[in-house]
Amino acid sequence: MNQRSSNLLDEALGLDQVIEPWPLRGRVVAIEDQVDTSGSFVLHHLLKRSLSPNSSNVAIFIAFSQPFSHYDRILRKLGCNLVSQRDNSRFFFFDMLKLQCPDGDEGITPEGGLIALYGKIHKTISALPEISWKNVSIIIDDLSLMEVAANGSSDYVLDFLQYCRTLTSEFDCSLITLNHEDIYSNEDRPTFFIQMEYLADILIKAEPLATGLATDVHGQLTVSNKGWNKVSNFHFKVKENVVECFYPGRSRG
Amino acid sequence: MAESIYRALRDGALEGELAPALTIKDSVASPFALQVFSHVISHLFSSILAGKSQSRGLVVVSFSRSPSFYLDLLKNKGTDVASSNKQIQILDCYSDPLGWKDQLAGSRNFTALSNEALVSSNAIVFREVKHMDKLYNSIIELGKGLVGGGKIRFSIAIDSADEMLRHAPVSSVARLLSNLRSHDQISSIFWLLHSDLHEARVTAVLEYLSSIVASLEPSHQLANGQRGDLENFSLIKHNSKKGKFHVRFKKRNGRVRVMSEEVHIEQSGINFTSLPSEGAINQGLVPKVQFSLQLSEKERIDKANVVLPFEHQGNGKPIQIYDGRRSLVDSKHERPVAAVENVQTNENCGSGEIIYYRDSDDEMPDSDEDPDDDLDI
Repeated sequence: MNQRSSNLLDEALGLDQVIEPWPLRGRVVAIEDQVDTSGSFVLHHLLKRSLSPNSSNVAIFIAFSQPFSHYDRILRKLGCNLVSQRDNSRFFFFDMLKLQCPDGDEGITPEGGLIALYGKIHKTISALPEISWKNVSIIIDDLSLMEVAANGSSDYVLDFLQYCRTLTSEFDCSLITLNHEDIYSNEDRPTFFIQMEYLADILIKAEPLATGLATDVHGQLTVSNKGWNKVSNFHFKVKENVVECFYPGRSRG
Repeated sequence: MAESIYRALRDGALEGELAPALTIKDSVASPFALQVFSHVISHLFSSILAGKSQSRGLVVVSFSRSPSFYLDLLKNKGTDVASSNKQIQILDCYSDPLGWKDQLAGSRNFTALSNEALVSSNAIVFREVKHMDKLYNSIIELGKGLVGGGKIRFSIAIDSADEMLRHAPVSSVARLLSNLRSHDQISSIFWLLHSDLHEARVTAVLEYLSSIVASLEPSHQLANGQRGDLENFSLIKHNSKKGKFHVRFKKRNGRVRVMSEEVHIEQSGINFTSLPSEGAINQGLVPKVQFSLQLSEKERIDKANVVLPFEHQGNGKPIQIYDGRRSLVDSKHERPVAAVENVQTNENCGSGEIIYYRDSDDEMPDSDEDPDDDLDI
């Protein structure tokens, strides 16, 4: 685990100091990315941080995008063993790849769909000891695929996210989501996307550089931390086992 | 200026008239409506507690925040909320707006937490946000529970109109707001709106329903599309702490009053200051380099006084446009003054001059003629 190089991102999020109690407790973190600059690395990084061996934090991962093996492989390279974390009840993986909400139902039946998913998350957290509740992170990868699973009903997804927000108030846990900006870019008014920006306490945007593609710098991150009233911007390079974050002009090549 | 808003809400409604209604509107570029909304709530509630407002109670209809957010907000402002449950009630449309928890409890997949069941004495959970008429009834009921029946009035704060518009058509929401304004026990009503979540006509409907519209705009407009470069980032940073606050008051006599201020967002809350002049803002953003990019006052005056050679000076005298044709010989004897009326040079000692020497007498004056015209083809 390369402590130094991820520090800029950790600093911007308050993760460079103690991680228990979890600094992101009670917060909604929204990661936005584009095709040119995938923000998945931020998700993986936050997952790795939350499962740090120095803590007893718990992560509930709602996967619409990839199967367990994919994340297991990536997190292994980052130095985190998801299989053993799962066995130790620190990592809960909800495989939603096959979820297809019943047509026209939009959540009327609690058996299927997003209502049931909410119920499952609530049950998982309630089953943990109360002392752990604020150290729980709910991670969703990703919202656009959740929308697809919900037959395109962004309202239904927003309702679900509203209920997830109530979990952050009730249990003081954190909610981390990933969404793709360019999917909504040709809409006149990308309501669903903008809603997330309003809901988020911390907004992390992964964008290409203004100057285009480069080998040494993969893109830039802008972290807007509403709670601290602070905005940070820095460049990043995604490597095999680590992500390097540095201020513009300070790439080590 | 913010004081005018508080006053309007404090003074409340006149007998037989609609209650004053305030829309607090923002967009993603300057998302401070919640801070302004919270600020207005604190102020109004303090007035209610001090008995200085027409309204004797406040009903907060909360969709976007938990009731504890508002109770904590008021506690932090020094209000003793615990003993003020006779003056504030929260209609909790946040915790279970669609009744999912009830449904899950029904199918036995769900165990409500014991502290969930503990309903705070200040909040009532509302589970049917798609039904605007039921929402209306609940709001009125809650308000009457606070102030009793009769002529005593209460105020309503809605966080936010966006959630209502998500759950119900704009006509139902408009009807709800309009009915609330017309109710004879409502003193004032205000709501939050994120303008970029709705079509322009929806925002317009809500603005028409308001007697006061307060909009938040970014201090600096960003370049469209690409937010990538450093300059844009410094603007983003600037915009995250400051914004412009425009308020439009529709007065009873039909007049409209528009005021603007600057709003500063700090950890402790928000502050309003009067808008600085445009120049001051722009000067703050001029890059600091070694050469002077600004004009001094004298330079500005001199620049304004330069008479351009081709302009009609408009004072009736014929213009002599110097075309630089005076020969070098002549120029020895005469003062080489170019493109300026003689009278003017005497009057404006401080004026600039444009002095033009033609390279040679062979140089043809500018003309429309085709230079090939004299060719014999």
